Amino acid sequence: MATTLTSRQAAIDPTAQPAIELVDVHKWYGEFHVLRDINLSVQRGERIVVCGPSGSGKSTMIRCINRLEEHQKGRIIVDGTELTNDLKRIDEVRREVGMVFQHFNLFPHLTILENCTLAPIWVKKMPKREAEEVAMKYLTRVKIPEQANKFPGQLSGGQQQRVAIARSLCMSPKIMLFDEPTSALDPEMVKEVLDTMVSLADEGMTMICVTHEMGFARQVADRVIFMDYGQIVEMNTPDAFFKNPQHERTRLFLSQILH
Amino acid sequence: MSTAIDTSRFVQHNQIEALPPPNLARGPIAWVRENLFSSPLNGLLTIFVFYLLYVIVPPIIDFLFINAVWTGTDRDACRAETAGHRIGACWAFVIDKINYFTYGSYTISERWRVNIFFLMLAVGVTWLLWLRAPRRDLGALYFFWLFPTFSYVLLTGGNMDLGGGFWVGFVVVSALFIGAFAAMAYLLKVSVKSGAAIGAGIIAVIGITLALMDFDFGLDHVPTSLWGGVLVTLLVATVGIVFSLPFGILLALGRRSKLPIVQLASVIFIEFVRGVPLITVLIMANTMLPLFLPAEMTVDRLARPLIGVAFFASAYMAEVVRGGLQAMPKGQYEGAMSLGLNYPQMMVFIILPQALRIVIPGIVNTFIGLFKDTSLVSIVGIFDLIRTIEASRIDPNWAAPTISYTGYAFAAFFYFVFCFGMSRYSLGVERRLAAGQNR
Repeated sequence: MATTLTSRQAAIDPTAQPAIELVDVHKWYGEFHVLRDINLSVQRGERIVVCGPSGSGKSTMIRCINRLEEHQKGRIIVDGTELTNDLKRIDEVRREVGMVFQHFNLFPHLTILENCTLAPIWVKKMPKREAEEVAMKYLTRVKIPEQANKFPGQLSGGQQQRVAIARSLCMSPKIMLFDEPTSALDPEMVKEVLDTMVSLADEGMTMICVTHEMGFARQVADRVIFMDYGQIVEMNTPDAFFKNPQHERTRLFLSQILH
Repeated sequence: MSTAIDTSRFVQHNQIEALPPPNLARGPIAWVRENLFSSPLNGLLTIFVFYLLYVIVPPIIDFLFINAVWTGTDRDACRAETAGHRIGACWAFVIDKINYFTYGSYTISERWRVNIFFLMLAVGVTWLLWLRAPRRDLGALYFFWLFPTFSYVLLTGGNMDLGGGFWVGFVVVSALFIGAFAAMAYLLKVSVKSGAAIGAGIIAVIGITLALMDFDFGLDHVPTSLWGGVLVTLLVATVGIVFSLPFGILLALGRRSKLPIVQLASVIFIEFVRGVPLITVLIMANTMLPLFLPAEMTVDRLARPLIGVAFFASAYMAEVVRGGLQAMPKGQYEGAMSLGLNYPQMMVFIILPQALRIVIPGIVNTFIGLFKDTSLVSIVGIFDLIRTIEASRIDPNWAAPTISYTGYAFAAFFYFVFCFGMSRYSLGVERRLAAGQNR
C-alpha cells in the first residue's frame, strides 16, 4: 500500500497542465442558481471525491465537465480543450472522459458485449474484432467476462454497474467521472463496485467521484470536496477533512453521515 | 409454526421444499366454473352469449359454405329459380371475375409483369420480416431501392423517354448538389471529403434509378388508368407503409428538435394533415395538386392519391413514434452522449431501436388502418379492389340476388387476411424482442 501511495503521489506533477480546470463557473436552471463561482483544478492522476447534501450541485458540476449540462458563465477546460458550443470539441472531450451513472444507463436492447463495443466501433472506428478483444479485457478486469452475451436486464445491479465501468473504460478515457455509482445498489453489492473503483484508482486514473462512501474517500481520495448551496464549501485532504473539518456546515454534514 | 411468535429466538435449520399448488384450481371443469359461471350474472351472460352465437353462426356457415355455389359461368348458376334450391354465396362469380379483381383492366397479354411484381413484393416482405433471414441489410437495399425501381419499370413499361436535355440538366444539378453538400460539410466543420462523398452517393443512387426508368427494355407501355384490383390496393398500401415509417420518424424527430424552424415545420405538417379527413387529402391531391404545379408538368393520376396516402399515414406515424421517443428515459440519451456518440449514432443505435419497440402495437395499428383506408382511393376514380367489386356486381351477366353480398364477403376476407397477418406478426416480434431484455 505504501509503495502505491508514493508512486501515486509521484505521478501527480503540479507544474503540468491540469486535466480539468473550472474557472469561475456559474450555472442557472431558469431562475435557480445551481452552481456559484466554482473554481477547481484537477491534476492528472488525481482522485477527487465530492460529497454534499442532495441538491447541492455536485452532480451538476461533474455533468458540466462532459457537457451533459451547459454552464452559462466561466470556463471549463478539459485536457486542454475548452468546452464551448462547438459540437466538435464537445465530442472530443466526451471521447476522453468516461462517465458512470447512478442508474448505470446501460442499453437494455444490446448485450453486455455490444454495450461495450458500440462506442469503440463507431466513435473510435475500431475494427469489430479488436473492439471485442478490448471489451473482453475490461469485462475480465471487472470480473464478469462470463456475462458477455447476456442482456443488462439479466444481471444484478452491482454487475450492471461494473459493466457500465467496463463500457466507459473501453473508450480508454483519460478521466473518469462517477456520479453516485453506488447509491442505487443493494447494500450487498456496494463493495464489488467500490473494489473495482479502488483498483482503477490504484492504476493512476484521473477520477472525480460524487459519492457518500466515506470509507472509499478515505482510502483513495487525494482531495475531498464538500459542496453546499451550489458552492464549494470546503476542500482538503481526506485526513484533515474527516479529522478536522473547518466549516460548520461540513461538521454538521459529517456528523449526520458518519455514525 | 408459532415458534417465531412465542419465543424471541428462532433459527431456521432446514430449507422448506417448494410444493405443487393444490389440485382444486386445475382441470376443464374448474376452468369452466372459474371462467364462465363464476357468479350468477356471469352465468347468465354466458348463456346469453351462447344463444347469440347459436342465432348468428349457423346462418353464416350456411350462406358461406353449405348453400354456396362454387361452379358456374353466368347468373343462372346463382339464381334460386334456375338452380332449384336456396342460394348462398355465389363463389362462382368471384372465381369468374378473379382476374379482374386481381389486375383490373391491365392489358391481358402483359399480366405476367404484375405476377412478377407480386412475387418480388412477397420476396421483399419475407426477407425483411423474417427476423432470422440472411443478409437483411441487402434485403433492405432490395426492398427500398431495387424493388421499387424494377416494379416501376415492370408495371408501367419504363422507357420514360427523358431526353438528352434532361440528362444535361441532371449533370448540372448534380454538380451543384455535391458542391452544396461539400459547402455544408465545411460550414458544419466536418470532413469536406466525406460530405462530398455522401452527396455523390445520393446523386449516384438517383442517377441509376432514373437511368433504369429511362432505359427502353422493350416493354409495352401500360397506362395507370388500366391498373386495378388487388394490384392497386397492395401498391397503395405498400407505398403508404414504406414511406410512412421513415418519413414519420423524421417528422417525430423534427417535432422534438431544438431547431425552431424544423420544429415548426414538423408541427404544422403533422397538425394540418391530421386535422383533415383522408378523403379531403385525396381529393385535394387529385384536383388541387395539378393547379399548383406548372402547366406542362403532370402528375400521374395514380401517383396523386399515392402521395396523399403516404403523407397522411406519415403524420399519424409521426405521433406514434413521438410517443415512443417520449417514453425513453433521459439516462439512455446521457449514456449514449457520455460515450461520445453523435446525434445520428445515438438515435440510430440507442434511442430509435428501443423507442420503436415500445410502439410496435401503435405502428402496426397505423399500418392496419392505412391498409383499409386504401379503399378510399376509389373516391378519386382509382380502381382498387373495392371499386372492381363494385363495378362487377352490377354486371348484367351475373345479376343474381346474392352477388353483392358475395363480393363484399370476398373483400372482407381479403382485408381480414392481411390485417390479421400484420397483427399476428407484430405480436410475434414483440415477444421475440422482449426475450431477455426486460428492464
